[in-house]
Amino acid sequence: MLVPLQSRAPQAFWTAGSDTMTADANAELERARRFRDAALPYLDDVFALARYLLHSAADAEDATQECYLRALRHFDSYHGPAMKPWLLAILRNVCNAEFIRRGKADLPAAEADDGPDAAGAPLWQEPPASPEALLLRHQDDAAIRRLVAALPLPFREAIVLREVNELSYQQIAEVAGVPVGTVMSRLARARAMLRSAWNATESAPQTVSGNTP
Amino acid sequence: MNCAECETLIHALIDGELDAGHARDVEMHLATCPGCTAKFEAFRAMREAMAGARLKDKAPAALRSRIEAALPLPAAQAPAEIAVPRQLRAPSRRMFFGGFAAGAALSGAIAATVMLGVFDNDRNQTIADEVVSAHIRSLQPGHLMDVETSDQHTVKPWFDGKVDVAPPVIDLTAEGFTLIGGRLDYIDGEPVAAVVYKRRKHIINLFVAQRLGAAHANVTDRTVQGYNVRHWSAGGLDFWAVSDLDPTELDEFVRKISAALRGGGPS
Repeated sequence: MLVPLQSRAPQAFWTAGSDTMTADANAELERARRFRDAALPYLDDVFALARYLLHSAADAEDATQECYLRALRHFDSYHGPAMKPWLLAILRNVCNAEFIRRGKADLPAAEADDGPDAAGAPLWQEPPASPEALLLRHQDDAAIRRLVAALPLPFREAIVLREVNELSYQQIAEVAGVPVGTVMSRLARARAMLRSAWNATESAPQTVSGNTP
Repeated sequence: MNCAECETLIHALIDGELDAGHARDVEMHLATCPGCTAKFEAFRAMREAMAGARLKDKAPAALRSRIEAALPLPAAQAPAEIAVPRQLRAPSRRMFFGGFAAGAALSGAIAATVMLGVFDNDRNQTIADEVVSAHIRSLQPGHLMDVETSDQHTVKPWFDGKVDVAPPVIDLTAEGFTLIGGRLDYIDGEPVAAVVYKRRKHIINLFVAQRLGAAHANVTDRTVQGYNVRHWSAGGLDFWAVSDLDPTELDEFVRKISAALRGGGPS
């Protein structure tokens, strides 16, 4: 469906010079409508990331609302192309402010967390690969969410931006404000941690690659 | 390549983020290293399990309506700790409309916005014409595909380094739209990914680029030279679907693609 701009636009253009209140109102409503069309489709993405980052549905709702208010205020400075990463970057700033308010030390930007990468030393030691290690235990959705939620913040952020928000590495780098190489190593370590925790849980004895009833 | 490098790069390979050269390096290492192969298989299984799981909460309906209600009145709804210019906080008729700028500056902004709107529509008509030309060109013998395969994991990495986006390549064979390949095309002077689908004897070209015309979250439809054209924007990408399929079936295709983009897989 085409936006109704076509019909109204030329008229508004000619009246704009006289700065009438009607033109103001039209422009502002038009702007709000453009923002709504561009930003609201990503509401679920913003809320999902907020939930994983903040661990609280109520805080996630507040952060999401704050994110959209900030985004609307800065909408004039948005020049595309990708709306989703732009929104998620704003959300991340909102969450950082919340972490500071909470007085927690688990800011995603803690560069020290990336230290061991430089030396190439794996932080997370894996058991030697065995045939059993190949099998992935079946986990239900809630269990997978818990495993993701338990990851340390920079790694949780990276894996959620990838697996839940489905951003590219480049977009994750933009949102998190780190180089693409760091995104790659964070994802590698996030998945290594996740896999260890995944296979360590006792709740579900079936395996994905094994026989299922 | 050593195992430490490989352990990081296998994730980029799984995510379809490696260029062809690195992908080949990793695959060569995997061919000779059972340890890394085991990890690769395990991580791939894990990624598939995660892709199939419902990990994304929907935003509560109450939150959605709260945000929607706040939209026309941004300044009035802003929390106090956010710096809002004082004149905007003062109650006024202008504030009712949530204005940011005042007077002459606003007139300029309105003119800019309005002209942008007019240009956007003209521009999308131009793009639609070009997209249809590209579609017709692709139907000439030997022009349809650069990479011919029904495997989405072959098509997606093929685009690496050729276009500046990683276009979503979704296999909808089960839904009646067969993925048959991909092609590099040029629209508006820019390289664009074309993902090619087939429905019975009809070809559908799905053009994907970071910016291709003015963005529209909702699907806009056009008919150019008898071809049906659908355009929409999602996930920061612009999509243009072109086909001689009848409109209902093309709409169905667009719905399936959109659903797969939103939900992470065809349903």
